[in-house]
Amino acid sequence: MSDIVNGLNGRGLSLVPKSDAKQSMKDYKSDQEVRWCPGCGDYAILAAVQSFVPELGLKRENMVFVSGIGCSSRFPYYMNTYGFHSIHGRAPAIATGLAASRPDLSVWVITGDGDSLSIGGNHLIHALRRNVNLNILLFNNRIYGLTKGQYSPTSEIGKITKSTPMGSLDKPFNPISLAIGAEASFVARTIDSDRKHLQSVLREAAEHRGTSLVEIYQNCNIFNDNAFEPLKDPATRDDITLRLEHGQPVVSATKAVRRGPRGLEVVERSSVAEDEILVHDAHDPDPSTAFALSRLDDPAFEHVPIGVFRNVDRPTYDEMMREQLETAVAAQGAGDLSDLLLSGDTWRIN
Amino acid sequence: MTKQVQQLDRVIIRFAGDSGDGMQLTGDRFTAETAEFGNDISTLPNFPAEIRAPAGTLPGVSSFQLHFADHDILTPGDAPNVLVAMNPAALKANLGDLPRGADIIANTDEFTKRNLTKVGYSANPLEDDSLAAWRVHAVPLTSLTVKALEGFDISKKDAERAKNMFALGLLSWLYHRPTEATVKFLETKFAKKPDIAKANVAAFQAGWNYGETTESFSVSYEIKPAKLKPGVYRNISGNQALAYGLIAASVQAKLPLFLGSYPITPASDILHELSKHKKFGVRTFQAEDEIAGVGAALGASFGGALGVTTTSGPGVALKAETIGLAVTTELPLIVVDVQRAGPSTGMPTKTEQTDLLMAMFGRNGESPVPIVAPSSPSDCFDAAIEAARIAVKYRTPVMLLSDGYLANGSEPWQVPDVSELPDISVEFASAPNGDDGTTFHPFKRDPATLARPWAIPGTAGLEHRIGGIEKADVTGNISYDPDNHDRMVRLRQAKIDGIDVPDLEVEDPDGDARVLVLGWGSTYGPIAAAARRVRKGGGKVAQAHLRHLNPLPANTGEVLRSYDKVLLPEINLGQLALLLRARFLIDIISYNRVRGLPFKAEELAGVIQDVIDSE
Repeated sequence: MSDIVNGLNGRGLSLVPKSDAKQSMKDYKSDQEVRWCPGCGDYAILAAVQSFVPELGLKRENMVFVSGIGCSSRFPYYMNTYGFHSIHGRAPAIATGLAASRPDLSVWVITGDGDSLSIGGNHLIHALRRNVNLNILLFNNRIYGLTKGQYSPTSEIGKITKSTPMGSLDKPFNPISLAIGAEASFVARTIDSDRKHLQSVLREAAEHRGTSLVEIYQNCNIFNDNAFEPLKDPATRDDITLRLEHGQPVVSATKAVRRGPRGLEVVERSSVAEDEILVHDAHDPDPSTAFALSRLDDPAFEHVPIGVFRNVDRPTYDEMMREQLETAVAAQGAGDLSDLLLSGDTWRIN
Repeated sequence: MTKQVQQLDRVIIRFAGDSGDGMQLTGDRFTAETAEFGNDISTLPNFPAEIRAPAGTLPGVSSFQLHFADHDILTPGDAPNVLVAMNPAALKANLGDLPRGADIIANTDEFTKRNLTKVGYSANPLEDDSLAAWRVHAVPLTSLTVKALEGFDISKKDAERAKNMFALGLLSWLYHRPTEATVKFLETKFAKKPDIAKANVAAFQAGWNYGETTESFSVSYEIKPAKLKPGVYRNISGNQALAYGLIAASVQAKLPLFLGSYPITPASDILHELSKHKKFGVRTFQAEDEIAGVGAALGASFGGALGVTTTSGPGVALKAETIGLAVTTELPLIVVDVQRAGPSTGMPTKTEQTDLLMAMFGRNGESPVPIVAPSSPSDCFDAAIEAARIAVKYRTPVMLLSDGYLANGSEPWQVPDVSELPDISVEFASAPNGDDGTTFHPFKRDPATLARPWAIPGTAGLEHRIGGIEKADVTGNISYDPDNHDRMVRLRQAKIDGIDVPDLEVEDPDGDARVLVLGWGSTYGPIAAAARRVRKGGGKVAQAHLRHLNPLPANTGEVLRSYDKVLLPEINLGQLALLLRARFLIDIISYNRVRGLPFKAEELAGVIQDVIDSE
């Protein structure tokens, strides 16, 4: 079992000033009227975030929510913090500039499956590989909501939508596999309806220093209702949810994961001995097993891993950038403009 | 043997060779020696987009032109007096620019049958009479260099590679250049390879000695130092001046500089330069693409940095949406467009002024952006500070339109006294601005500038949300109200229209010219040189140059209307002319060439004279 080596993790917020006053959920509610469709999963996520952030105890003015375009991207308007509702797909880039230049901020990116995996796919993977201190919350409803119901890059093949009357042709992205493929240092999945789990994942993401990607299965009750119903239905959810907890065996109520001859396999729990079951190691520096776990997610919802796939320690871009500036000043002294302008070959004319 | 020394007032030299021959370095060193000597200088490198085109071919030719004089000069010169041709390709590619009677120094070692055939010479032009109109100095540069380096512990290849230093030594002798700095430069450059350093210094000195002893050169030349304004000078290219200007702007604005950029010719050198100056707190972020570059810069601006992105035309096209976001969120941002020949990939290493209309209008919606255009390589320094001043004072993206000619060209620059640079600092919002004393209105404007408050994260009590959706006047809340949108569109336009820019100045030494020649950006040098020529020949012409393209100086219309004719040369098909005609209903006479090269002074002098004559 891997341990956190140099203690970087847990200090995701160490440079963000703490609030003296005790905070509550209402401190984080802005005065704006929330305008999602009634019944939208976004409400649950908003409430979960608003009720969770006070426990971080940060100065509210040092939190920033940056979003792109889409239903979920309206999120910043409802948080009584600083917020930037930007343009389609570009939130990770904008947040990168902000977080790289302001270590005293807790920066959150709110995005959707279209925003982050289609138009903004490039920015997402590069943010993940760079490991800037950001928390990216990816609301995945597997559909385009704001443009009224086209298939998205996470929609299942054959999806009948307004733009695909005979079914969609493209294979969906698995956001977790994509993020682990980009060697993200923190990758997790949770569900809008499970507030307790959602908040526990958010807590871990916030404390992680580096880019954390949290995929949140979110229901769009207008264009893709019940997309995640098997994970929510009390009759099925405990069987299909493979809980990922560091140091714990990967199991659902009835199923278990073990290493087979050709990689990980899901088997009936009763058919394996306890010591054959894979014990989850979220801190393993090698992403292979985390990636293999992400492949257990099947479109038919027979079994879906939920939880923190990967939480590893690696240097963050913003910290290293700051260190380079500090090293330059330590070695050469602070910059002097006059010296700069007079550097190189000069001559005087009298 | 005593050689004759002839006095000249100016000389134009072009070094040309294979892109691996080190012509840019040779040109740079000759420039440094010439600057040290005290001549006025203007330079123009011209290199292929290919990093290493096949050796000895026409596409692989790289050149560096240098104009130096005993008086102040404005351009790198129209036509070289001397061509240094390191191979047949360099001769063939440049001969067309060479006036009759000019000197050609050719490296005979490279004029082999194979190399001649590669570029289509059926016979050796150095041996027949095809170059009779020029003064040809056939010099076996390579073999002389190799011979001079016998006894050095280096390979034959390294010895051959030092031939550019032999050529530099020869030219340094020919024009009486000081040599100490070059020796020092070589020792520093090859500090880790002392044998190579010694060999290059020896080749350089051998070239000098060759000039002194050979009969091939019977005359050497003196060009007296120019009388420039007293002060400390250095040579500087446009890209370097622009990078220094951005650092100066950061110091003068008291804001940390954040550059988000993606490599692109001919702008990359600004990224390279800024990445060296971390001790000024400069953060350089090489982004995954052009869009991320500007996005990160805008994010940094939101956080209170001086956000900058540097690119060329294709990059501006990609950044358009983010620039629009900066327009509507009213955040400072500097967008540097080092223009190059387009459309599409175009000719990346060649210059053009074809992005003006894109800078003006290349975004969706009504999205006005101020535009500043430097007029010379060294002016890139001041233009960068001016762009930053406008960006932070008015909270707006600003386009800084440089181009390939300015970027890579260089000239002596009188280094400014730092204490005389403008203070462009602004204050962040620190307290609520609502009438109730507790509310913060992110879009409540300063009545004088119409700028909104710049409230950065970390400021308690000013938490607010901004974004690309239309905002209600004052409160900044999302608004789809028709009248509010109309008001906001007009407010954003009025803010840009109201930017304080200095009046357009006219230069008319006679005071009674009836023809005005107008320009913008990098055409300043050729236009001013052309106007001088015309005046020397008795013609009367006034000259004015626009540095602010948006908004235009308040007196622009008045100036244009006070002349019978206004001539506007542009390296595009008439983009500024289109704007001026539309705005002032004046029939501008356009002169347009889009050859990827700057105008020549002689060419423009003819055009100006024709307009005067048609009066």
